[in-house]
Amino acid sequence: MEEPDAEPPLMVVPGVDSAARQLCFEWGPAEMLVCETLFGGRGGCRRAPPRASPGKPRFLAGAGEGRPSSSSVFVVRKDQDVYVQTLRKLFNESHGIFVGLQRSEEELAGKSRKAHLVQVSKNYRSVIRACMEDMHQAAVSARDPALHSQYSTQVSILSAMELIWNLCEILFVEAAVAGPLLIRLLDWVRLHVCDVNNMVREVLSSENPSKHELFWNVVDVFVLQGRMDEARHLLSKEASANPASLTMCRVLDDLMKKMPVPSLGNMQTLTELELKWQHWHEECQRYLQDGTFASNSHMESICKVLLGDENAILEKKELLTTWYHFLVTRLLYCHPTVKPMELRFYAQSSMDLFLGGESSAEPLDIILMAAFEFEIHQVIKECSIALSNWWFVAHLTDLLDHCKLLQSHNLYFGSNMREFLLLEYASGLFSHHSLWQLGVDYFDHCPEYGRVYLELHIERIPLNTEQKALKVLRICEQRQMHEQVRSICKIMAMKALRNNRLGSALSWSIRAKDAAFATLISDRFLKDYCEKGCFSDLDLIDNLGPSMLLSDRLTFLGKYREFHRLYGEKRFSEAAKLLLMLMTAHIAPCSFWMTLLTDALPLLEQKEIIFSAEQTYELMRCLEDLTAGKSDKQKLQDDDVETMKVEMLRLALARNLARVIVKEGTLEGS
Amino acid sequence: MEDVCAKFVSQKVSKARWRPPPAAALRPPDCFATGSWDNEDNRISIWSVGDLGSVGLNGEYQGEPQLLCDIRHNGDVMDMQFLDQERIVVASSTGDVTIFRHHQNNQTLSANQRWEKAHYHVDRGAACGGAACTGVICNNPEIVTVGEDGRINFFRADQKDAVRTIDNADSSTLHAVTFLRTTEILTVNSIGQLKIWDLRQQRNEPSQIFSLTGDRVPLHCVDRHPNQQHIVATGGQDGVLSIWDIRQGTMPVSLLNAHEAEMWEVHFHPSNPDHLFTCSEDGSLWHWDTSTSVSEKPSFLHQGGKSSTFFAHNTINQSVVSAWLSNDPTKDRMEITNLIPNQTLSVNSLDVLGPCLVYGTDAEAIYVNRHLFA
Repeated sequence: MEEPDAEPPLMVVPGVDSAARQLCFEWGPAEMLVCETLFGGRGGCRRAPPRASPGKPRFLAGAGEGRPSSSSVFVVRKDQDVYVQTLRKLFNESHGIFVGLQRSEEELAGKSRKAHLVQVSKNYRSVIRACMEDMHQAAVSARDPALHSQYSTQVSILSAMELIWNLCEILFVEAAVAGPLLIRLLDWVRLHVCDVNNMVREVLSSENPSKHELFWNVVDVFVLQGRMDEARHLLSKEASANPASLTMCRVLDDLMKKMPVPSLGNMQTLTELELKWQHWHEECQRYLQDGTFASNSHMESICKVLLGDENAILEKKELLTTWYHFLVTRLLYCHPTVKPMELRFYAQSSMDLFLGGESSAEPLDIILMAAFEFEIHQVIKECSIALSNWWFVAHLTDLLDHCKLLQSHNLYFGSNMREFLLLEYASGLFSHHSLWQLGVDYFDHCPEYGRVYLELHIERIPLNTEQKALKVLRICEQRQMHEQVRSICKIMAMKALRNNRLGSALSWSIRAKDAAFATLISDRFLKDYCEKGCFSDLDLIDNLGPSMLLSDRLTFLGKYREFHRLYGEKRFSEAAKLLLMLMTAHIAPCSFWMTLLTDALPLLEQKEIIFSAEQTYELMRCLEDLTAGKSDKQKLQDDDVETMKVEMLRLALARNLARVIVKEGTLEGS
Repeated sequence: MEDVCAKFVSQKVSKARWRPPPAAALRPPDCFATGSWDNEDNRISIWSVGDLGSVGLNGEYQGEPQLLCDIRHNGDVMDMQFLDQERIVVASSTGDVTIFRHHQNNQTLSANQRWEKAHYHVDRGAACGGAACTGVICNNPEIVTVGEDGRINFFRADQKDAVRTIDNADSSTLHAVTFLRTTEILTVNSIGQLKIWDLRQQRNEPSQIFSLTGDRVPLHCVDRHPNQQHIVATGGQDGVLSIWDIRQGTMPVSLLNAHEAEMWEVHFHPSNPDHLFTCSEDGSLWHWDTSTSVSEKPSFLHQGGKSSTFFAHNTINQSVVSAWLSNDPTKDRMEITNLIPNQTLSVNSLDVLGPCLVYGTDAEAIYVNRHLFA
């Protein structure tokens, strides 16, 4: 076993005096129950969701208000973000993308495959962004300060997630090569460093931008982000407003225009680019040295930036805001043809230079650094520790796995990392009262343990309506999970039985092919019949069809009802035949024979003869079997009614026999 | 599919219904209601797709549905019907039936009237004695509800107590109900039976029972042809669409293999009944079109232009309708399109009105298509 990388964080469950009492706990699929082992006092439960990372457990239900009490059970959940209302959009939309990705897996190969994966990655990001916008709206419209800050935290988490994902997309999914790599990184910085956007908007919308106090800041921002056209546009404004600086502006404008940049489209080789770059660099150097910009410190510093002067760039620290912006700017003006594998050196030194020992690296910095170092596993690990949900790592890992970047890595527990993370995420979904449906597809795509997880989780879904039960059943039936199908049907049958809905209960047990339960319900029907003298739920019993064969008792119920129908339709001889068959073929339970024989009475008393001599003998034998089977003691206990019934039957049978002998004798004789 | 706009609503949608437009208006509907299920906190929501959104360059509506108002609902929303322009009747899994009123002047919803535990199991008084009310149908002011308790309730919107209740109307669960005529209703149940109840009779027995043969596949939804009242469509657990002619026989006229899982809803297009829509647990939504057979028939009304085509459909309606009852696939072709190619989770509900389609899914999204026949 490996040692844990970091000391597990301590989680204090509020309301528990852990110094004085022992805690006991029980693992659940996605949550844990904790309680104190000494009982005393009373206390209610309240819900108070705090937040922490997936690595740390977090508590959910607290003790009663105010004083601590020990009769509470605490629910400690692993994945808290699943319960954030606004994030449900993220879970649902990304579920669709995830399923699409798994389906497309076999179809694509080669180049189109890579393009497809990049597209998938972009789709994931746009979902994050959409969610972020919603969350931002919610934060803006929230009146409650606590709610507002909660939303704002979510926005910043989502924004960090998108930032990391985008970088991973560039480095791992698209695996951009030298040249295009820089362009992608520039896009990345432009997209995510948006603190300066307000300033830009303010300056551009002012009446006279070049007179605005932040004018040069905006020009700097454009230059630092490599947005040359926009910078030149502003410069032209300065030139027209300030004729004195016209020449300087022209020169700077010309330098900016001529700056060679790597392109995505044409087939320019890297050497060509480097040559052009060298040439342009020298030109900038010349202008700086001959003091062209000496009279304007702003333009001079810009020229220094163009030359890649690290100190000049670092002076604009306020505008850069982050070390990774500094890194990209530095690459743009010093190493435009940086290769992916060289990134790690520049990244490390940029971070050191930028932070300058003033502040230590935050989790986000560590994650980004790991990405620049191409340590994919480190990225995923750090994200798991830092982020408050499994969504991000599960989806990112799955995508990277589809890029065939994680093959070699096997965990010492479970299957592989992809499956482990997906299982964790899906388990979190299953613990949610409504999102459980999404979890199913994630389990489906975990080849090793997915099915077992699904089997364990699906049985624990509360079934409050039949419609929900049908949905759960459908999931189980599609996956041939017979055991679970049986169990769900049994639960539903049991519920129906408790509600005295015998018809429904029978339907459910027929669906589960549960013979024992069908027998139980059939007995209830027969008992009801004996008590009330009529059948309930005729519409069901009359339409049993082939499902009648599920259990002997059910067959009897169906056949017995058929007898009643035939009798009602005055098809006496058919009815008689069926009645006799029920006893002679031992379909009827012995306890019911007396009722059947009593049912034969009116048939025996009919004007026309229904039972043949042979049938009458059979009936007599049945009656004798029944009475002989009983011990003397039982006979004594039988009340007078019973004795009278037997006597009446014997009389009726004898009379019928007499009539039938006469009739059959006459018929044969004639 | 670019005509479809989607909105994720952070709750699983169990029902979606267009608000009926005013009788005189010819405009397409601009407002619909949705209900959610399986949430700790279920809601009834009213959405607008009309006036509030922006209009695109070519005059087409671009925006997604906008939430006008919503209100908490106790229990899963099992079924929902507009009683009139302002009132919605909602069936709950708790057995309650509630009328909500939508106040259009200040965009609020309020509970107008409630029949608590209209459907219940043995003990109505018990805390959890309610039985899910699975279906509701209105014909203002009359309301009929059915439930898991096999009970049929008749209400009037203005009366506090049920007008009539048929206890034990069905021994199994009743899944859906619809009006056949003003005095007759149709119910479908979980053992594959279709029953007609004549409200004029005081006997608590169905006047006719139709049933699927063989496996007694549960039926989940039912709809009646808007013009030809003897034609009825039902959808079952196996995803099969059954067409019944209730004038004759006790078995369906045709069984059409359709979805791979439960068919949750079936709807004839109210004004264009040779079109039919079905949605299913397997995540698909099908458009059944029998109007193609029309074009093969000689018709001097076909002179180009959409309006005349539409007119043509109406005039020879009689022959179109027989397309639903025809058993001969070569004579009357039926065109079937799946409107959702890549869906995974269940489409629980749909509604069609004029050129507009709305549907809601378990993936917590609602979709609106405003150019159905474009």
